[in-house]
Amino acid sequence: MITLSGIHKTFEGNPVLRGVDLTVGRGESMVIIGGSGSGKSVLIKCILGLLTPDAGQITIDGAAMTPKTQAGFLDRFGMLFQGGALFDSLPVWQNVAFRLLRGPQKAQAREIAVAKLAQVGLTADIADRYPSELSGGMQKRVGLARAIAADPEVIFFDEPTTGLDPIMAGVINDLIRNVVTELGVTAITITHDMTSVDTIADKVAMLHDGKIRWTGTKSAMGTADDPYLTQFISGTTDRPIKARW
Amino acid sequence: MLGALAALGRFAIFTGQTISHLVRPPFYGGAFGQALIQIGYFSLPVVGLTAFFTGGALALQIYSGGARFSAEAVVPQIVAIGMVRELGPVLVGLMIAARVTSSIAAEIATMKVTEQIDALVTLSTHPMKYLTLPRVLAATLMMPLLVAVGDTIGIFGGYLVSTQRLGFNAASYMQNTVDFLEVLDITSSLAKGAVFGFSAAIVGCYYGMTSDRGAMGVGRATKGAVVAASVLILAANFFLTEAFFST
Repeated sequence: MITLSGIHKTFEGNPVLRGVDLTVGRGESMVIIGGSGSGKSVLIKCILGLLTPDAGQITIDGAAMTPKTQAGFLDRFGMLFQGGALFDSLPVWQNVAFRLLRGPQKAQAREIAVAKLAQVGLTADIADRYPSELSGGMQKRVGLARAIAADPEVIFFDEPTTGLDPIMAGVINDLIRNVVTELGVTAITITHDMTSVDTIADKVAMLHDGKIRWTGTKSAMGTADDPYLTQFISGTTDRPIKARW
Repeated sequence: MLGALAALGRFAIFTGQTISHLVRPPFYGGAFGQALIQIGYFSLPVVGLTAFFTGGALALQIYSGGARFSAEAVVPQIVAIGMVRELGPVLVGLMIAARVTSSIAAEIATMKVTEQIDALVTLSTHPMKYLTLPRVLAATLMMPLLVAVGDTIGIFGGYLVSTQRLGFNAASYMQNTVDFLEVLDITSSLAKGAVFGFSAAIVGCYYGMTSDRGAMGVGRATKGAVVAASVLILAANFFLTEAFFST
């Protein structure tokens, strides 16, 4: 279980997170929604330890995330970055097997990488290609294969469908859902794509103005009477949320 | 002034952290091997060409300058001392700043912009161990070799011009060169190479790791790194020369 209590983060006097409280249960797929610039990426980077919160505490299975415990937690995490963040200098299979190549499974790394590529619908013939030779959708899939390569307990997905056409976005959403269900992992996804929410989420949290504005099950979203949430779902430009120019 | 001091402090901390990883495993042998090839082997053509033409030009200059006070005969000695003590290490250092520092800064800055550095962290890999230490170590080890190559080719450039254009006897030119050079000349040259290599790589890594976001950030990091590395090499050269040769 991942618990966030009173997370604050400010950049150069600009408060981005103003006391985020959130709990994600084991094996649960939590999708955090919110407008552009609402601090979703900052929140996920705080959980991963890429950013240090100014205040508040993050615990994983009851143990606090600190610089000392971060390495141990990261071994249990997988992450799909918004732009893929594949290493340009390495071929696809070495990207997927990056962690395995530096651990006890080194000898089987390529074999596992090819199996993980197959799991995300990619054939073995792309294993020796470089990321720059792949389309955006294929890069996302390779990123997903890398995220699941070491069989993590928790996977983070940062805007998994950004920059993809609707069909490829649907493919990625389905892949994520399948991976989460088949592997039984805990998943935290940040997105503003409501199609992703429909496919991926067990529970949804809405981040607005640096705080969790609403949280509940996906089915409860439709009947929620929070005006911020209903405006976000419907995509209207009426208040209360002001469009950011 | 305060900002400059703070930046200097950040750079000092970065340098200290990099050095501290030397004694803290894990070590990435593959990344180190790649850096050796990239920094050492692939720099050979530019180092060779720079040194060859500089040695040749130096011979011509000393010959024509020396003629003003009937000292044309000192060409072999001055080419040797000039190349080994000063021009070899400095020019190779500046070439490495242009070729290696810029490449390191641009590559790491791009990795930062595209979240590849964050990805390394999430894959339980320390960016300083995987990116910084191998490059800095490789540059520090390869630069003395590059300087040795540069010194030799520079002297050869001078030899070729002197024997083919200026009428020097080949055997006595080489004999004069060998007789005139002292062990300190060579060791100071190699030591300068090591210091310049370390400076060029650490500056490139620092600017890359601390670059701003976006294409402009990458450009600024690359430009800043080359300028800072060049100035650092020239300043270090002065202090090292002072340390080795001041009487």
